Formats: sequence, structure tokens, C-alpha cells
Amino acid sequence: MDEFLLMALAAGIGVSMVAGPLGCFVVWRRMSYFGATLSHSALLGVALGLLLGINPMIGVVATCVVIASAVFSMERDPRFAADTILGILAHGMLALGLVAVAFLDNVRVDLMGYLFGDILAVSSADLIWIYGGGASCLLMLTLMWRGLLSMSVHDELARVEGVPVSAMRLVFMLMIAFVIAIAMKIVGIMLIVSMLIIPPATARRFARTPEQMAFYAILVGSVSVFGGLAASATIDTPSGPSIVVVAMVLFFATAMPGMAQRQT
Amino acid sequence: MTESETARPLIRAENLTVNRGGQSVVDNINLTVSAGEIVTLVGPNGAGKSTLIRAILHLIDSDSGRVEREPGVTIGYVPQQLEIDPTMPLDVRRFLRLGALVAEADMKRALEEVGVTEVIDTPMQGLSGGEMRRVLLARALLRDPDLLVLDEPTAGVDFGGQAELYELIRHIRDRRQCGILLVSHNLHLVMAATDRVLCLNHHICCEGQPDAVTRNPAYLELFGSEAVASAMAVYTHHHDHHHDLSGAPVDESDQHNHEHSHG
Repeated sequence: MDEFLLMALAAGIGVSMVAGPLGCFVVWRRMSYFGATLSHSALLGVALGLLLGINPMIGVVATCVVIASAVFSMERDPRFAADTILGILAHGMLALGLVAVAFLDNVRVDLMGYLFGDILAVSSADLIWIYGGGASCLLMLTLMWRGLLSMSVHDELARVEGVPVSAMRLVFMLMIAFVIAIAMKIVGIMLIVSMLIIPPATARRFARTPEQMAFYAILVGSVSVFGGLAASATIDTPSGPSIVVVAMVLFFATAMPGMAQRQT
Repeated sequence: MTESETARPLIRAENLTVNRGGQSVVDNINLTVSAGEIVTLVGPNGAGKSTLIRAILHLIDSDSGRVEREPGVTIGYVPQQLEIDPTMPLDVRRFLRLGALVAEADMKRALEEVGVTEVIDTPMQGLSGGEMRRVLLARALLRDPDLLVLDEPTAGVDFGGQAELYELIRHIRDRRQCGILLVSHNLHLVMAATDRVLCLNHHICCEGQPDAVTRNPAYLELFGSEAVASAMAVYTHHHDHHHDLSGAPVDESDQHNHEHSHG
């Protein structure tokens, strides 16, 4: 196998290992639209990073944190439904990102790469980001696991029982921002949420505990990456979208029998 | 009850006020719960019962006044609603372990205390309304609480099940001598199970022992015809206190009467 394909595979599996468990919480807490809003803001982060001459990943994480804080403070405004606010920010930020990229005359930006992924261009520096940051994310998630689970079941009950809910929510948000930053190369800004949502949704059918669901989500994510890259290498399909298509096929292939059962 | 007056106060709210949109939802409340007593908050919908509970638990900030907790007091809390997303695979055993890392034997003992040992492997989403309330109680009891705070402990439970739950709550108090603060809108069942009633409509309209409160004009005004029915229910309970709640055969016409005033 070619070296760049191996690097791509390593990157994809590395992202799946973080996105699987984190994605479970996104699913349990019904935050997929929130995830989409953050990921749509990532392009603005890239543009800002390039404008300021810093690593675009740092620009992405910083932008996501700002947007997430904006969402949290605006959600308290009773005049707008949370759904509306997320819709405004998701599309507004994507548009702003596209406008900001247009201002970068002297830097060549591979817009398609950022929007739909460019996993075959993964560098060894990217791998260090993915595995270094990913390992710290997983460690943090392990330490926070019970509290995060408890507050996902019932926020106030967890608080009465002494879980530092606000701090945990902040760290959780930072981890989501990080996953968006590292998954951007793999499947692209437009498709990142699928890495967070589809593998856990597929894993749900087989899991009997939250931990099993997180573990199976990693497996399903990795299989999707492998399948998508294989398709990309053999029949020359775009790699990011191929990964997502494989993930979706896995979801429906495993969910369909259950859906049919439920109707009878 | 002179006993509860001399007992150790666990939590005390002083001049507690919470404002929302320029109005006092909770207005200048004074409230004490001591060890071994059951204090019940009753009041119509929107009277600020849940807001008061949240302020006492420090879940929301109060605008003035304060809540003092005895040092070292452990609180067990049963929220009004618990909806777990169907995508979370979580059985009762795992749910009970979310509050504290407890041993299997302790968990079984807690489930036995609330009378639902058989559900330990049941997914949380598959519990009936009554089982859910009991499992929530078990999780609170596993903390070995000095004070239990129960927000509508019979929400989503049918009438017969409600009486059993109030009976269970009294048993827990008797056995553990913990303080219990509960919110209820079910007037007549709760009146038989409580030591002290606070009638809340943003401010405290009246408070005292159940039979005194149910004759208070402020209480009658607040609850209207339902209060009259519950005053009768308290009266009946006084005559037939234990028989009625322990599930022994009750006079049929009496039960009939209960169902009517409930609906």
C-alpha cells in the first residue's frame, strides 16, 4: 500500500477513536445541530488563522469556543428558540468564513479541501496533532466519564450530587472543538458532524451499556474510514464523502432489520 | 409536634426571594426542615414550588435572602422529571451507579427498601411511572441522605400507586430519621403523610400541621372546592389512618369518594 494511503488510514482511525466516544455524548445530549453549527464556523477559524499567520487548527479551536459561548449565552434569551439561534449561526458563520477566505489574496486556499476533506494530503504533523491531542482528549474523557454521563441523564440531579457541571460542559465543548479541528482534513467542514453522529447511532443497536456504545462507535468509525479509503483507492471516489457514505450504509444495513421488526 | 421543634435543623431558608421578569416568583420565604420531619409544599400550578426547591438546592441563584445548610448534611434529590434519551443504553444498575460508585449489595438493599428489586437489569426507558419514581428514590437513598428533597414524588403515577408512594416516604422517614422536603399538588394524599404543610402561592399563605392548615381560610381560598374535599379526606384519615394506607380493605364508599374528588 502507498505510504500516503497508510497515513490517511492512520489519521482517519485516530479521529474515529476520539469522535466515537465524544459523538455518543453528542447523540445522548441531542447536540447534533450544535455540532454542525460549530463545524460550519471552522472555515472562519481557518481564515483567521491564515490571516494572523498562526496554525489554522488553533484558529478553528478558538473560533469554535467563541461560537459555542455565544450559543450558550443566546440560548437564555426567551425570544428565540435554540434551534433558530443555531440555524442563524451555522449558516451565518459559514458565509462569513467564505467571505473571509476571499480576502486572503496572497495565500492560496484549497477551499474544496477544507469543505469536503483532503485526507490524502495528511502530513506527519497532522498525525502528531491527531494522536497527541486525541490521547489527551480520551484521557480527559475517561476521567470525566461518570460525571459527564450523569449530567447527560439529568443536569440538576448531577449538580445536587456534586458534579461540577459547568466546568465539565466547558471541557466537553473544548473537546468537540478539537475534534472538529482534526476531522476537518479527513471529511471536511461540511461532513464533520457525520463522524460524530453516525458511528454512535450505528453502535446503539449493539450496545447494552454506555461504555459498549462508545467502544463500538470507535469500531464502526474505523471500519467506515477503511471502507471509504478503499473505495477511494480502487474506484477513485472522493475520500471524505466516501467515508461518510460507508458510515451511512453501515447504519442503514444494521438499523433496517430493527425498523422492520418494530412495525410488525 | 414538639419533637420536631427540638430536632436538629438540617436546612433553613431565610427571607428567600427569587425574581423572574420583574416579579417575585418566590417571595420572602422562611422555611426550616429538621431531622425526622416531613415538610410538604403545596400550591397551585405556577405558585413557585419548583423554583423554591431549586433555590434551596442552590440550582438557581436567589435575589435576596439566604439558604443555610448544616455542615456535613448530605442531600438526596428526586427531580420531577427524568427523560433519558432512547439512544442511551442504560439499565437501572448502571443508573444507580451514576450517583456514586456503590457496591452491588448496597444497590440491592436500596431497591429492596423502595420495593423494586426486580428491575435491576431493566433499561431505564422501560420502567413504568411508579417504578421510575422508586428507582429515583433508591438513587437518592444510596447517598445515605440526611435530607431528602422530593419534587412531585408521585408524578406520572396512578392514584393507588400514589398512596403507596406516600406510605413508602413515611416509612423511609421512620426508618432513617432523615428530614424530608416534598412538593406535591395532590392535596389529600399528602396531608395524611406529612408533619407540616406550607401552602405556597409565591409567598407562604399559611403553614402548620395538616388538619390546622386545611381549616385555614387562606388555604380554602387558594384551593377552593378541592380543599374542601381534602379537608374531608384528612378527617377520614384521622379515624382510619393506618388501615387506609397500609392497603387493608377500606370502606368502599370512602374509596369512591376519593376517586371522585381526585378526578
